[in-house]
Amino acid sequence: MFNEFFSRQDLLLIKPAVLLALFGCGILLTDLLHERRHKYLNAVTALLGLGFTGVQLALIQRAMSAAGYSEVSGFSGGLVVDGFALYFTWIFLIATAIAILFSVRYLEVENEHHGEYYALMLFSLVGMYFLATAMDLITLFIGLETMALSVYVLAGFLRGDRRSNEAAMKYFLLGAFSSGILAYGFSLLYGLTGSTNLRAVADALVARPSGDPVVYLALITTATGLLFKVAAVPFHQWAPDAYEGAPTSITGFMSTAPKAAAFAFLLRVFLVPLAPLRPAWEGLLVVVCVLTMVVGNLAAISQNNTKRLFAYSSISHVGYMLLGLVAGNETGLKGIAVYLLVYVFMNLGIFTVLVALRRKDIIGDEIEDLSGLFFKNPVSAVFMLIFLLSLAGIPPTAGFLGKYFIFLSLIETRHYVLAVIAVVFVVVALYYYFRLVVMMFMREATDPERLNISPGVAVALAITLAMTLVIGIYPEPFIRLAAGSVLVPFR
Amino acid sequence: MPGNYIPILVFLVLAFAFPVVALSLAALVRPSAQSGERLTPYECGIQPVSDSRGRYTVRFYIIAMLFVIFDVETVFLYPWAVQYKALKVFGLVEMLVFLAILLVGYVWLYKKGALEWV
Repeated sequence: MFNEFFSRQDLLLIKPAVLLALFGCGILLTDLLHERRHKYLNAVTALLGLGFTGVQLALIQRAMSAAGYSEVSGFSGGLVVDGFALYFTWIFLIATAIAILFSVRYLEVENEHHGEYYALMLFSLVGMYFLATAMDLITLFIGLETMALSVYVLAGFLRGDRRSNEAAMKYFLLGAFSSGILAYGFSLLYGLTGSTNLRAVADALVARPSGDPVVYLALITTATGLLFKVAAVPFHQWAPDAYEGAPTSITGFMSTAPKAAAFAFLLRVFLVPLAPLRPAWEGLLVVVCVLTMVVGNLAAISQNNTKRLFAYSSISHVGYMLLGLVAGNETGLKGIAVYLLVYVFMNLGIFTVLVALRRKDIIGDEIEDLSGLFFKNPVSAVFMLIFLLSLAGIPPTAGFLGKYFIFLSLIETRHYVLAVIAVVFVVVALYYYFRLVVMMFMREATDPERLNISPGVAVALAITLAMTLVIGIYPEPFIRLAAGSVLVPFR
Repeated sequence: MPGNYIPILVFLVLAFAFPVVALSLAALVRPSAQSGERLTPYECGIQPVSDSRGRYTVRFYIIAMLFVIFDVETVFLYPWAVQYKALKVFGLVEMLVFLAILLVGYVWLYKKGALEWV
């Protein structure tokens, strides 16, 4: 009876999102039945939802490879499931699962353990799924807002905490502002081309005479909105404030899954509708990349708050990832995919340790709180060291691999100056990562309170460490996965 | 093609010129008398007694949010009702899905006590 509106295949393509939304609504309802001390069951439900979604995704993937399709589109071309979308959706699912694992004990310590937390995480995942799959300006925008609105609320989840409230408010106002600029850019693109479908927009832009000022206006407003969402300099100011005030578990989540989603969004828009304008945006992107690496790395040096430090560190990583887009060849795009996968594991690993530092009366987000960690809990200090080495990009950790492909792509495309700048800033990054190492290994412990290692935190630590090392030592299967995700730029 | 944008340019110039012209003309014409009385928010009438940014009960926000929820519901129901025949069973099922999601929110609100006024 629905045949005239959409097909069975269309429904199959949105099934992962439908499952996530159903589980989100389900958590809202079952949360009402749980007693206070059984709130961890919400986390179990959320993980179950992620599991079902993962199975559904794997089924779609298997059906596609059995039929020999490299991409399947649905809803009259408004949605496309290809290697790119599947790869990113897997990243979102894994990052969210790890964030849920380390959230349970943290929320108990903060005394704010509510089911809405997990429901909002799943709702934001629905948005991320559409950011990775949508081929339509409007669907993309709705996906972006679905994700962002959930994350705004999560950033302010500690209702009694002023810093959390402030972070949520700042994040919301700046995020809404940037969405406005983005919507303006999208409306100009629609006005110029008469279509909201990304491929049709690209076709129409190719046909337009070059040098039209309105095309540049559309490009600049769209690019501003996109760069804002990934927190690239000069649109990065919201990130340190939002990261510092948000609950630590949410900072870990925000700096991985929504960041990867924003990257998927950025890559899709730059490589499909804006691809014909590549000569115009390449120079722009080079400036943004250099600024992002310079400001991100230099500002991180002077931070005394760990969450702020990692906010600036994540800004600088965005700079490296964007370099892959500047290079724009297959190695570069593969490099971004590998880098994001690796970044998710190492950054979540760092935040798992930071979450464990939150104990009774100790917030654990100042650098001093790390002092003497090696003497109190040698295992987590060594884990932290490995994650920091990986963030800095030292072999044999996974972080090296991400940087390797990015630098290789720059050299292949003869961007020698950019490659040199990027390598110089790796050294700067080493300095501020090793400030933390000095604190952990060479200072006396200031507080006797032990670390708060719950089973969830232990599992999260094990997964993130294992992946950081495995990807670093045996990268071959992961490189193959990333190669399958490369989005062919529109020509 | 750039010829099409000339009206926008004219409009832009006008928009900037209007306040400049109006304000500078007014500055030439009006008498300048700056007394303490003129700086109060209301030159005539009752003296303001306190800050207008006072606290008021959070229930106002809840009412506003409830209004938004049910208002959005009707906003979506109206076009469906108008196009009911064209959309057939598909429209009905879509609307039921939408209402089911809304119902979840409603049950959640009710159980959380957002509808208990006193």
